[in-house]
Amino acid sequence: MTTTTAVAAPRRRSRTGNSGYLFIVPFLVFFLLFFLLPLAYAGYLSLFKDQLVGGTVFAGLDNYTRALGDEQLLGGVLRVALFFLLQVPVMLLISLVAALAIDSGLVRFARVLRLGIFIPYAVPSVVATLMWGYLYGPDFGPLAQLGDRLGFSAPNPLSDTLMLPALGNIVTWEFAGYNMIILYAALRTVPVERYEAAAVDGAGPWRTAWYIKIPAVRPALLLCLMFSIIGSFQLFAEPNLIQRLAPNVINSAYTPNVYAYSLAFTSQEVNYAAAVSFLLGLVIVAVSYVVLFLTSRGARR
Amino acid sequence: MTRNRRSNLLTVGMLALLVYFLFPLFWLTVAATKTTGDLFSTFGLWFGHDFALFTNIRETFTREDGQYARWMLNTLGYAVVSSAGAASLATFAGYGFARYTFRGRSALLGLVLGTIMVPTTALAIPTYLLFAKVSLVNTPWAIILPSLVSPFGLFLMWVYARDAVSDSVLEAARIDGAGELAIFFRVTLRSLTPGFVTVLLFTLVATWNNYFLPLIMLNDPRYYPVTVGLSSWSAQAVGGSGANADLLACVVTGSLLSVLPLVAAFLLLQRYWQSGLSAGAVKE
Repeated sequence: MTTTTAVAAPRRRSRTGNSGYLFIVPFLVFFLLFFLLPLAYAGYLSLFKDQLVGGTVFAGLDNYTRALGDEQLLGGVLRVALFFLLQVPVMLLISLVAALAIDSGLVRFARVLRLGIFIPYAVPSVVATLMWGYLYGPDFGPLAQLGDRLGFSAPNPLSDTLMLPALGNIVTWEFAGYNMIILYAALRTVPVERYEAAAVDGAGPWRTAWYIKIPAVRPALLLCLMFSIIGSFQLFAEPNLIQRLAPNVINSAYTPNVYAYSLAFTSQEVNYAAAVSFLLGLVIVAVSYVVLFLTSRGARR
Repeated sequence: MTRNRRSNLLTVGMLALLVYFLFPLFWLTVAATKTTGDLFSTFGLWFGHDFALFTNIRETFTREDGQYARWMLNTLGYAVVSSAGAASLATFAGYGFARYTFRGRSALLGLVLGTIMVPTTALAIPTYLLFAKVSLVNTPWAIILPSLVSPFGLFLMWVYARDAVSDSVLEAARIDGAGELAIFFRVTLRSLTPGFVTVLLFTLVATWNNYFLPLIMLNDPRYYPVTVGLSSWSAQAVGGSGANADLLACVVTGSLLSVLPLVAAFLLLQRYWQSGLSAGAVKE
């Protein structure tokens, strides 16, 4: 390996001056065209509306005032918020417990467990939903079949009261393993000295987990939480596919994304759909930052 | 050492958890071996009267002029092109942001990282409307182009490049007179590989599994990825009678087959993505 001299350092800046742009420009071009531009275009479209007489006219913030008073949209937002509050804690708890257990060295078959729990992440949400939909279903779902044979009527997961938990179960199944891997990766980087210090103090595996490991994976846990916020609020594939099995339970405004989709493609209200998409993005970013703010404040205390 | 003490209780609990995560896939595998009749008449978690797996596979691939094979190839094409492109752009840019100083660096980086929280589906309808203006809808580009931008991939590579590449190695290469691009490809790229493979694999999964974007963008079944194709088949199969009576077996078999490539990719590339993830997950 070549050693560097101190002389090279000040020269670097001038010599490599604008080379940085060489590397970032390709990304920025695509970012501009396929990220910022659609966003700006949606913002632009959302300021217009279609009228029966006179075609598309400038409407100012009409679409937004309509959205804020739109009970279907608010219902959808509240539903995904409830979904987030129900599903995410359960999922992250499973992920955390699994990651801690596998990392602890206390379980057998750690490698098989790690891969097996992660595998559902590689299953497309469409396939996961079709699968769980059939499993839930009254026709040949094992649950209903067992009920038939044993002579009791199994609860129907596709009913109005159980739909949200049923969807939550699908999402948990899909992503618990992914979150577990992130947390496990974080656990692996905790310096061994800390464990040794804890062992010297007489801490068992449970106390080590609680006082050392969980605080150590806090940033990773926060990352998982951020992804889960995004995932919950943009819920689409699962309700969209389950809708066919339970059309009376899942309506066209079940989640904000299902609603935006039906606005744009069923009722052809393009401008309003753009406004709804825009607002949804805004809500997600806002919720993310509020959660980030609250959790980081908690950490400093 | 605590490493040698095993807890049977914990092992049993974890195995129960494993059963929860694997039994739907077990069900799918079993169901793919059944005729549509057996699907309805025999117990879901065990094999039926006839072993129809190979009949089902043949039926899945030959149905409607082999459109399932086409969907799988489409998915493969979209996923490979998108993920290779996205990972390359993110690696380039991540390295550029991490290893060079230039005017506007922190502003640009802040702009990109600030959009990590913007959900892709909130962009999908606006992108559709934009693409409709320039006649890009209902083409493969409508799926590939939006998938090339991964702000999170950039974040991951930026973190990765900060730690994995040492300044002294770069300086040495510069003193030897190597150009910046030559340095990147000959010196840096190797140490960025785990990060690159991680971003590659995760954008691959994102595109492979994407449903909302292709559902919006495409209405010609020839361009469908397998997710949208399976969804359209399952919609026809819900009726479950007449001409579509045996479609259900194809939906189930097609679902199973569509899962296999990604599962195989994850198992084969474990070494890479597990080390790559630890870099992104830990340092925030």
